[in-house]
Amino acid sequence: MSEYIIKNGTVYDPKTEVKGEVKDICIKDGKIVDKVSSKAKSIDAKGKTVMAGAVEIHAHVAGPKVNEGRNYRPEDKLFSYQPGGKNTRMAGGFSIPTTFKTGYEYAKMGYTTVMEAAMPPLYARHVHEEIKDTPIIDEGAFPVFGNNWFVFEYLKNNEMDNVMAYISWLLKTTKGYAIKIVNPGGSEAWGWGENCTTIHDPVPYFDITPAEIMKGLLTANEKMGLPHSIHVHTNNLGNPGNYTDTLDTFKLAQGVKPNNKFGRDQVFHHTHVQFHSYGGDSWLNFESKAKEIMDYVNANKNMTIDLGCVTLDETTTMTADGPFEHHLTTLNHLKWANVDVELETSSGIVPYVYDPNVKVCAIQWAIGLELALYTKDPMRSFITTDHPNAGPFTRYPRIFKWLMSDKSRQEMLKGFKYSDKVIAATNLASLDREITFYELAQMTRAGPAKSLGLTNMFGGLAPGMEADVVIYDINEAKIKDPEEIEKAFSAATHVFKSGTLVVDNGEIVSNGNKRTLWVDAKVPTNAQVERDVQMKFLKYYSVNLNNYEVSDHYVANPYVIEVEN
Amino acid sequence: MSKTITDVVCPFCGTLCDDLIVTTDDEGKKILGVDNACAIGAEKFIHSSDHSHRVTRPRKMQEDGSFKEISYEEAIEHTAKILSNAKKPLMYGWSSTSCEADSVGHEIAELCGGIVDNTAAVCHGTTLIAVQNVGIPSCTLGEVKNRADRIIFWGCNPAHAHPRHMSRYSIFPRGYFTGKGAKQRKIIVVDPRPTDTSTLADIHLQVEQGYDYELLQALRAALRGEPLVGDVIAGVPKETVYEAVEVLKSGRFGVIFFGMGVTQSLGKDHNIDAAICLTKDLNDYTKFSIVAMRGHYNVTGSGQVLGWQYGFPYSVDLSRGFARYNPGETGSIEVLKRQEADAVFVLGSDPGAHFPMKCVKEISRLPSVAIDPHITPTTEICDVHVPVAFVGVEVGGNCYRMDNVPIEARKVVEPPEGMMTDQQFLTAVLARVKELKAN
Amino acid sequence: MDTVKLTAKVVPELYLEAEHISPDVFAGKSTQEIGDLSVHMGNQTYKIADYFTVEGKAGATAADTKIVVAGDVSKVKYIGMKMTAGEVEVLGNADMYVGAWMAGGKILVKGNVDSFAGIAMTGGELIIEGNAKNYIGAAYRGDWRGMQGGKIVVKGNVGSDVGSNINGGTIDIGGNADVHLATHADGGTIIVRGVAKGRVGGQMVKGDIYCLGGVERMMPSYKFDHTEEVEFEGKKMNFQVYFGDLGERHGKKKGEIIYGKIYLGTAEKSDATEPKVAAPSEKKVRLNDLQTNQLVSALKEMKEPSVQEVRTYIFDNFNIDMKPSQVSRLISTLKR
Repeated sequence: MSEYIIKNGTVYDPKTEVKGEVKDICIKDGKIVDKVSSKAKSIDAKGKTVMAGAVEIHAHVAGPKVNEGRNYRPEDKLFSYQPGGKNTRMAGGFSIPTTFKTGYEYAKMGYTTVMEAAMPPLYARHVHEEIKDTPIIDEGAFPVFGNNWFVFEYLKNNEMDNVMAYISWLLKTTKGYAIKIVNPGGSEAWGWGENCTTIHDPVPYFDITPAEIMKGLLTANEKMGLPHSIHVHTNNLGNPGNYTDTLDTFKLAQGVKPNNKFGRDQVFHHTHVQFHSYGGDSWLNFESKAKEIMDYVNANKNMTIDLGCVTLDETTTMTADGPFEHHLTTLNHLKWANVDVELETSSGIVPYVYDPNVKVCAIQWAIGLELALYTKDPMRSFITTDHPNAGPFTRYPRIFKWLMSDKSRQEMLKGFKYSDKVIAATNLASLDREITFYELAQMTRAGPAKSLGLTNMFGGLAPGMEADVVIYDINEAKIKDPEEIEKAFSAATHVFKSGTLVVDNGEIVSNGNKRTLWVDAKVPTNAQVERDVQMKFLKYYSVNLNNYEVSDHYVANPYVIEVEN
Repeated sequence: MSKTITDVVCPFCGTLCDDLIVTTDDEGKKILGVDNACAIGAEKFIHSSDHSHRVTRPRKMQEDGSFKEISYEEAIEHTAKILSNAKKPLMYGWSSTSCEADSVGHEIAELCGGIVDNTAAVCHGTTLIAVQNVGIPSCTLGEVKNRADRIIFWGCNPAHAHPRHMSRYSIFPRGYFTGKGAKQRKIIVVDPRPTDTSTLADIHLQVEQGYDYELLQALRAALRGEPLVGDVIAGVPKETVYEAVEVLKSGRFGVIFFGMGVTQSLGKDHNIDAAICLTKDLNDYTKFSIVAMRGHYNVTGSGQVLGWQYGFPYSVDLSRGFARYNPGETGSIEVLKRQEADAVFVLGSDPGAHFPMKCVKEISRLPSVAIDPHITPTTEICDVHVPVAFVGVEVGGNCYRMDNVPIEARKVVEPPEGMMTDQQFLTAVLARVKELKAN
Repeated sequence: MDTVKLTAKVVPELYLEAEHISPDVFAGKSTQEIGDLSVHMGNQTYKIADYFTVEGKAGATAADTKIVVAGDVSKVKYIGMKMTAGEVEVLGNADMYVGAWMAGGKILVKGNVDSFAGIAMTGGELIIEGNAKNYIGAAYRGDWRGMQGGKIVVKGNVGSDVGSNINGGTIDIGGNADVHLATHADGGTIIVRGVAKGRVGGQMVKGDIYCLGGVERMMPSYKFDHTEEVEFEGKKMNFQVYFGDLGERHGKKKGEIIYGKIYLGTAEKSDATEPKVAAPSEKKVRLNDLQTNQLVSALKEMKEPSVQEVRTYIFDNFNIDMKPSQVSRLISTLKR
């Protein structure tokens, strides 16, 4: 019913290959259309930038460890709390925003679709309760599979049909979107206080290696033709020298061809690669291996990555890599929360201060940016901070500034206390590339949407796609100061979500009608898996099977993506 | 004829058993029997079903102290008025209802600029403070069942307060790696007195009442190989302290369960803080976790909803338009003691029975309303008592177990004719408050 | 220095939140503007002038501004919060959060203060001539960074949880200190001139605590190391120095472990094994014989009294707050 026309904006849309042309964008009944009637409301975007709504491929915004983070850090709320307004509830939390704040802040930056990066299946209902209370943005959540007892057994026995049946069942039961793998095997080993530090390190008792787990799930994912590829956080995160483990992991996907009907070209997505691109063998000779990592990524077109850029803030780390968090607390002695989840996963939370005057933190900052600047195909490298691990998502505009302005990067490098050591351990000082607006649109819109198998819905402005449209008050040709970049991308002037105007003149004017995306992958009935599930619930789980599934009424406006057999 | 409903969730304590089997009459109006529940849980189901003892309509206190029946509409009006007229209303309880109901209540509190608080204020709030100081290495109850070989009950008596805990999770079950069940578990109980739980212990540390903190720090020192001063440490012989440390270190997976014996005794949050630090230290030697024995079946859930909506788990002050938190100032006990609130709303708890008398007097002095299926000491001192359906029996809703696992409670029978649920009542109050505030 | 005098004219119905009473906020403002500044009570907003008469004038900067607060402000919170310079003098008692997050300047309270005074202080001077309650100079909930610098002096007694998570600065207590003094301390100096009750330096990583009047019960995780003569305000005093908390982690400097230190100022060594005082919350409340007889008669009058009714009776008549479980047991005993 509602018609809008956004006139005279400078449009950047990789989906339709529009590279900074002045063009009108038309919206009708929630979709992009070729033209609208004269009754359409007109919005003047002259001299401004128009893009599709951005797509967040990986953030920790809803669920038990996020909430534990909120509840155990009252100090994260001090002095920055926003009162509610005409259309908004009160909103607080710097590194771990409340659900209301999450929706509002993403919307204000022009992000309209967000993926919750890790959902422990036993706690899925909690994730969905939070998704429901997150206004405006469409969301999905990735259940974790990499430390799951069913997955271990089926892959160990090479039972591909069974593992596919289980994956289908778990996605449906938890209303999940994709196969997430975190520290495969290692988080189960953490159930005994141990870890898997390389991808060939076998899991105690289950005797399967992380490589076998990842390879098996990769195969299953392609056989099932799921919208997204496997989404991996590999072993040995955060340790000097780990780049070799990362490359070993990447090589598992080498030569595998994608199989799906969703326009996805990759078979493997690795997340927050910054934390996995470390050289040296101690904190003393810690250095960037971003170039080595990107040489591989650039040469292997069947994978995508997201960056995990450090923003140099005080933030909160939280991940399903339980052993890593324990390791972190032994380093910085800050409060450590941990939850091991029966049969499924583990998780940990530790606050962290990325101090620019600490050499290691500054090198981490540089690595995240290098990964982007070495990227040959911006459709395969996405800008993230692994929110809140490397920094809050509200800092994305600052990262855009750093990527788009060599001057701002050089200023940062010069300002570090150990500037010389940081420059010597990284490549950033010699990289003068500046990401363009079009490349930004690839790295934050079209690229992530395509990687998620959502290229026909989100991240683009082709007719028929969702009318998620954003206007920023900035003109690429007229930027005088890099600060303008951070300012403009922090506060979109207008944001449309599914054709509804949700941000008008920088203010939230509507809570929209958010949806929850989940994947229903059809597989043949599998009596073996049904029996295994019943038996494990009876013997090992602490809840009954019939109480495990997330009932439909907990899923806010479900949008089901069906995958045929 | 009868109907059998399986996988029923018991809405009584934080153990949140979900394997109950309830038999009802064919119409789904009366509960005929309950299987698998402990005595307390079964009693809750059976008792609720006896409508002859149920208050089915709201009641208003008269001049002479007696109660007269009023309509739900009048009760909604009374509630909306006292909350929207108040400068600082206190909305307390939330622990014996569903998360869905909590959420509506929060909207009311936000609109009326008041304080939202739950029963953690008198129970595990101190645990939450400790977690805010030092974190918490923890696990789900299924991990305990499948892996644990060292169980410590510190300041709690599950035999009484969480009757099926030991058989479902902590002592007797045979899990994946614990096929020998109780035989391969060593149990340590720390309690000043012998209790039914301590009869199961391999070691009973009879700590001197109120000196748990000292004992915990001594255990930590002994764990670090430091010499202890004195022959008796907080009532426990030094050799026993060293012995306990060896038992803890020698296990493969240990869990400390703790309750009111340490959350509300001298030191409160410091006791839990030290216990958490001990757990963290033990992780240098073996795998150890710690789990709070939450009392009410959904106090955890209230903390979760408050957490994701406001960022704090209890004692949340919304009066300034943005959320603030500081137990000692924003907690219900001190707010009532200091006379800092001017209206009281209670739902899903019984402060009239549990709060200090000074606070109870204050509740009865202020404009007040109590939402509760039962007649309780709280309902007897509030201006209006609104009965509602039992969550988990007559209406479903999401609840969170003591290990934060969300389990959806179900409806098994119809509530008494014409009775509202918490959520319905609150939704109506919210609508009326919005009208009143708009004027 | 210019002085603004606020005189409380109305005792608030609830409690007033007056974070605007600070030299930083008053500086450069006229008397009228100061009167128009907001104060809050619950969800209501008022003006300073609604609750105080405003006289005098403010300086151009915070450093040039002194504020004198007269009258009954025992229900006013947040006086001097976040101030960076200048002076505040409270002539009577104040409520919570006096000088909270203070960074500089000077506050003098001639009466008592409630809890949370000087929390997360980074600089300046906070002097309380009367007593103070709990969490003085402590960290805000959850923050591992407590008091960083500055000086807090309480001439009277303090409650519990004083100096939690202290990193730097000094807290000087003239009277006694209740339990949990300097918990989780990682730096800083605390002086207790009276008696410290117990749990002194619990979980301390680093710091110095001087207990001139001794400690009623030392933590078992502190070991006696040596005696030391320390010059204290021109006077030489003997202290027994204890190292700890042995249950906590400690840093190293040149191979030596850096412990937290408790300087005990009494002649006798505190005995860690003999309990001197029973923990207060565990003391059981009991009725004496007279009260019991009165209760028995009263129970006979009441028809099937509920636990709540009996509990209320005991509170109203004997001013004793008995827990419901205890009341219940008492009723059963008396019935026999």
